[in-house]
Amino acid sequence: MKNCEYQQIDPRALRTSTTRTPSTLPCGRKSSQRLRRKWEIFPGNNRFYCDGRIMSARQCGVLPLTIVLIVITSGLFFTFEDISIALLDMKSCQSERVASTWSWFIIRNCPFLVRHLTIFIPVIGGVLFVFVIFTLLQTSFTDPGILPRALPDEAVDIERQIDNSGSSTYRPPPRTKEILINDQVVKLKYCFTCKMFRPPRTSHCSMCDNCVERFDHHCPWVGNCVGKRNYRFFYAFIVSLSFLTSFIFGCVITHLTLLFCTLQIKGSWSSKRGEDSGNPYTYNNIFTNCCVVLCGPMPPSLIDRRGFLPPDDAPQTVTSDAELPPFVAKNDTNMCTQGTKEIIESMAHSTVIQSTCTPGTPKTAPVTQESLLSTVSIMVSPPSKPSSGCSGRQARRPTDMPCPQRGNKRAALHTHKPVLHLPNSPYSLGHSPLIFSDAPDMGFIPLN
Amino acid sequence: MAETHSLQDLRQAAVASKVFVQRDYTSGTICKFQTKFPAELESRIDKQQFEETMQTLNNLYAEAEKLGGRSYLEGCLACLTAYTIFLCMETHYEKVLKKIAKYIQEQNEKIFAPLGLLLTDPIERGLRVVSFPTSKHHAGRSVPWLDCH
Repeated sequence: MKNCEYQQIDPRALRTSTTRTPSTLPCGRKSSQRLRRKWEIFPGNNRFYCDGRIMSARQCGVLPLTIVLIVITSGLFFTFEDISIALLDMKSCQSERVASTWSWFIIRNCPFLVRHLTIFIPVIGGVLFVFVIFTLLQTSFTDPGILPRALPDEAVDIERQIDNSGSSTYRPPPRTKEILINDQVVKLKYCFTCKMFRPPRTSHCSMCDNCVERFDHHCPWVGNCVGKRNYRFFYAFIVSLSFLTSFIFGCVITHLTLLFCTLQIKGSWSSKRGEDSGNPYTYNNIFTNCCVVLCGPMPPSLIDRRGFLPPDDAPQTVTSDAELPPFVAKNDTNMCTQGTKEIIESMAHSTVIQSTCTPGTPKTAPVTQESLLSTVSIMVSPPSKPSSGCSGRQARRPTDMPCPQRGNKRAALHTHKPVLHLPNSPYSLGHSPLIFSDAPDMGFIPLN
Repeated sequence: MAETHSLQDLRQAAVASKVFVQRDYTSGTICKFQTKFPAELESRIDKQQFEETMQTLNNLYAEAEKLGGRSYLEGCLACLTAYTIFLCMETHYEKVLKKIAKYIQEQNEKIFAPLGLLLTDPIERGLRVVSFPTSKHHAGRSVPWLDCH
């Protein structure tokens, strides 16, 4: 045995620094090496920054994604809401049409209040954002309550106690210790990694490989365990994030509602000075206004995209001019043709309009000898409709002889009667004007 | 010629002569150590002295973890400032821990060191145990080592 003399160690000398200083070797053994910090040899699965001041789990999880999502959402909110608030402030200074919503009522009648209230929106949002970021960083970079592992001497002592009480097999079964806590039996489990009996409410985190006091869970969103020491930061983070999300959501919904209402009520941004006119298009009820737009009857398409064009090249257009039938117009000797101008002039003189276009009835077209007047319908009648008399293109059948010889006989019996043709094509309904003509003279000229 | 021993030698020799006082969980998860007098220290220290020391330690820890007006005020103020005041000021618990460290130092100087014992600060063990390293070889002498890690 070596002749040794133990050096007396003054406890005061060893306690000059804080209690958490790196351990010095016993017996005054002076280490020529740099004094290492305990974090450098920490056995758990953690990362340390700033010389041990900040720590987190080794796998940071999706913490960067969490930060990016919060920053981007808040950044977009501040960018666009600030623009909107500036616009809103500007609009509140102008006189606008009164709308039937409470918001516009407030804007019109309380410009001072609105102008000052809108200042608070970015301020409150900014405070919440800062709070969220601070608490998130504190949750992520704070020790959650890790229990240091038992040193060998302590582990041996515990093992000895267990062996004394239980069986002395090489690999004992999972060890538990029952204790009484406030008159209730609680089992304490032995942690094989940390070599100690875990205190109550302490669990071993498999990701960080540490026993954590009052272990709640390992949160990948913050990249750290949530335990006794950082539970309050985590809770504050969650609550403040909820408030921030609700605040942003509320502002966006209000903004959209204002936009929707102003568009609905057709409030134009240009103001008429001194004019306090109402909205002529309102139904005087905000719900009705909304329902009319959203749930009103669906109007049809007016452009008839799938309709067929007529065989002739010139598409039929709705004009007030009389369109002369081509085969009739080609015939110079046909006295049923007449210029447009004369027809219009004759129309201006007619006083009685009478419809005679009934199917099956003989038609007569009294015409003058000099100026043939014929009623010309500008819309083509359906082919099934029988036509007779000098009605030109009614039947679209060139073989149709509107003026048979028997018509001559009847014509003599007719008096002055203006003829009006009512086209009954569906497309012409409501779109094409009606044309009527006046035939003051008697006479009948057969139409070829 | 004085020759210092390595840590391993000391540990091998003294592993059986370290006395650990475990936590007492009967009142819950608060920091409290058992006041039961360990059998290994029977010949080394007065039982009453030991119990008095442990009780004082328990009281100090209870003061650190006390729920009262001051702790609530501190907590609320910290919450309102997003816990940034912890960067500037010391928490109540840390102040009490300093007081505990000072008390243990005084106890070691006055009582335990003359008896060849050394009371280690539980904070160094994660507040799990209070250890009394003893040495049977050098009874009466100063404690040869400090329980450290």
